[in-house]
Amino acid sequence: MMQNESDVLVIGAGVVGCAIAREVSRYALRVCVLEQAGDVAEGSTKANSAIVHAGFDAVPGSAKARFNVLGNARFEDWCRELDVPFIRNGSLVAAFDDRDLAALKALRERGERNGVPGLRILAQDEVRALEPNISRTVIAALLAPTGGICCPYGLTFRLAEHAAANGVAFFFERRVVDVARAADGLWQVTTADGGMFRTRAVVNAAGLYADELNNQVSAQKLSITPRRGEYLMLDKQYAGTFRATIFQVPTPLGKGVLVSPTVDGTLIVGPSAENIDDKSDTRTTAEGLQKVIESASRVWEQIPVSGVITTFSGLRAHGDRDDFVVGEVPDAPFFFNAAAMESPGLTAAPAVAVWLAEQIGERLSAEQATHGAVPAYWKAFREMTDEQRVAAIADNPAYGRIVCRCENVTEAEVRAAIRCRVGARTLDGVKRRTRSGMGRCQGGFCTPRIIEIMCDELGWRPEQITKFGGGSNLLVTTPGARPAALGLSPDRRESSVECREVCHD
Amino acid sequence: MTEVDVLVIGGGPAGLAAAIAAHEEGCRSILLLEREPKLGGILRQCIHPGFGMHVFKEELTGPEYAQRFVQSFHALGLTAQCDTMVISLSSEREVVAVSPQHGLQRFCAKAIVLAMGCRERTRGALRVPGWRPSGIYPAGQAQRFVNLEGLMPGRRVVILGSGDIGLIMARRMTLEGAKVLACVEVMPFSSGLTRNVVQCLDDYGIPLLLSHTAVDIHGRERLEGVTIAQVDEQRRPIPGTERRLECDTLLLSVGLMPENEVSRAAGLTLSPTTGGPVVDDTLQTNVPGIFACGNVLHVHDLVDHVTVESTDAGRQAARFARGQGATSRPAGQMLQVRDGAGARGVAPQSVCAARVTESLPLMFRPTGVFRDADVVVRLGDVVVFRKRFRILTPGEMVRVVVPAEKIKQPVAASELTVEVVS
Repeated sequence: MMQNESDVLVIGAGVVGCAIAREVSRYALRVCVLEQAGDVAEGSTKANSAIVHAGFDAVPGSAKARFNVLGNARFEDWCRELDVPFIRNGSLVAAFDDRDLAALKALRERGERNGVPGLRILAQDEVRALEPNISRTVIAALLAPTGGICCPYGLTFRLAEHAAANGVAFFFERRVVDVARAADGLWQVTTADGGMFRTRAVVNAAGLYADELNNQVSAQKLSITPRRGEYLMLDKQYAGTFRATIFQVPTPLGKGVLVSPTVDGTLIVGPSAENIDDKSDTRTTAEGLQKVIESASRVWEQIPVSGVITTFSGLRAHGDRDDFVVGEVPDAPFFFNAAAMESPGLTAAPAVAVWLAEQIGERLSAEQATHGAVPAYWKAFREMTDEQRVAAIADNPAYGRIVCRCENVTEAEVRAAIRCRVGARTLDGVKRRTRSGMGRCQGGFCTPRIIEIMCDELGWRPEQITKFGGGSNLLVTTPGARPAALGLSPDRRESSVECREVCHD
Repeated sequence: MTEVDVLVIGGGPAGLAAAIAAHEEGCRSILLLEREPKLGGILRQCIHPGFGMHVFKEELTGPEYAQRFVQSFHALGLTAQCDTMVISLSSEREVVAVSPQHGLQRFCAKAIVLAMGCRERTRGALRVPGWRPSGIYPAGQAQRFVNLEGLMPGRRVVILGSGDIGLIMARRMTLEGAKVLACVEVMPFSSGLTRNVVQCLDDYGIPLLLSHTAVDIHGRERLEGVTIAQVDEQRRPIPGTERRLECDTLLLSVGLMPENEVSRAAGLTLSPTTGGPVVDDTLQTNVPGIFACGNVLHVHDLVDHVTVESTDAGRQAARFARGQGATSRPAGQMLQVRDGAGARGVAPQSVCAARVTESLPLMFRPTGVFRDADVVVRLGDVVVFRKRFRILTPGEMVRVVVPAEKIKQPVAASELTVEVVS
């Protein structure tokens, strides 16, 4: 079985793991990332509200408060550097009665203690001036001008790409089953497929499963409960209904149901909040979606349910310490947690990554490496000016063939998404890297075309293409067809990142 | 900027018929843009028979029907640019399109015919709860896999919704060796053509479960099953009636939506009922010189009707392009067409009685199933047209042709109302 040795081994390729990998890659260290899914951003990262929180509702003095405010301040620079969308659209917390109003004042005070700039309580007419479509039952709102929106998986792809360009090795479909200290002092990490990864330092960014890893090495036990949130996504035709992210007063289970524009021009509504037992149960439920609609209709009275293009749910990693668990584990030297990163985990990711990387660099007495700039990425056709489009098609005619009609994604982008360092190997991987299939027809027209392009790029047969890895094959073998050839074609194996191992049964 | 007289967007049955008609009307500067590499539109994947009974008085397959128009199109020396996607349309009739061969192109047309067709409603729009595994496809996408790509979406199939494509695919999947367990329809009647229910379900022993819907989806990776339940009159699932069907494929045939991605930006008013642009009796939208026909206007059941409608649109566009179109429309002379009781989505939505020469076709869907019912057209309060139908169902679009003189009666009215009286 394969054996691998590294200085830093990051477990989990969500936004937190990829951000840490990117930051650690600034040092002269051998860095690996292990991920149980077939792609980056496959856990909580792909299914959340995509909000960059201002930081007014975290408990003052907590890690959440500290990293939220720091992360918010870094977010814009990170997104600019990585060339991913970020909009500082501001957040509003809507109040419906005097009790809510008192809660707004408490939130403002808490936010000010956390160092959140510009907090202000707006009267009803000011709220309506900002948001003409907000319900008339909203009597006041807390404005947090630093609140923003981003693309969590887009950010993660580019972090992974930058990390890979700096030599970080990514291993997919590698579920960690054991972490133990070897006799020589190195950590020995075993994966379900029998792989052995020896490393000087482990970073636990395993999301919902971070408690299990922590508890293997530390007496300070941690418990993570999956807290499910269900969402509805509304068609672009409702873009502009709201400018800011509209929250309601937080509940003990979280920030409540929000209505927000997305960076892609759609509107997101959700999440519900329900503690469940199964860490992989991302089902949607009729009751959950109904609750979201009812709750959201407090701020958006005539919520156009017929405009829903998709529904989904995600799981937050809620820790029993009610705070992020970050830093070196006291009784397990060289084991670093980035655990229980529920909301505002996405916002905090840049700050946690920078801080942890410094800790790790110091502990490993690492030198700064020559850190490459963010590698060139493809440009999305839909974001180009017509002049840029003319040039792009002249350079590469595949930019002139639109594959996804709803989002105007071209063949060139789909091919680039497959060819990049941490390239897409699944339909969902292409979707999240390009937005193909994310529009109102939800892949109705583009799926056959994308399968065709994937087969062409990867040398696979259509029956081998999956939606998201594992057994999620899209097609079945037809009787009489020749058996599917397994694995990457030889030329692809050479040209892609060698260690990107994705099993395709 | 390339200037043309008539620009047709879409090379399916609607666009082809419109371009041919514009040529027959004398227009010699016509360009058709098609996003696929070949002409023919969705008919290319509709390899079953049943097309052409009205237009050609014979039964053709979809590709055969399309090919007749493709041949006429080429025989007339008309020009189509395939592999070309229109990405924007303006109210000044400027069009931006992209293609690998020609890059980004700008066109300006004296008249434009929209013929972009429709798309399928999705699981997301229905909000069916449960897991989100692979194996859930819009029926038309499955049709493309099977008929054009030679690929099989699955082996044990449940069809949700009884739209025509779903019914056709029930038979198609059966013929390809799959087991189709049931076709599940939330309404108490099929939303497809009766002939398709008979020929695609009944003939193959596939049950049509009316007043049923899917309430849960199972399977973490590939679809493993669907829980269905009976629904009450308000279409709410009835507790206790749930049962699980083990299947690896769920095909959705739950409605089609006119594809007006580029229409909105041009300022076209869309009808909330049909999903297509609001048009007058010349099939002109609210933007002068922009016409619409076929499924982009309202979803048809029969391609023959698309052909008839699109021929009219092409002719009107050609007239407009040479300056003989209805440019000025005094508000006083326009009749607003209203959905009366039992009728939904009547098109056209407005009519200028004075310029209707022979007859006025009116199309709509009944709101429910009606037996031995009359379609009644009223000019103000006066009944000007009445036609008896043995059966009317929402799955079959009704087309009545009202003689011109009937709507030119000297009645002081501003509305034309279509209703179903049983």
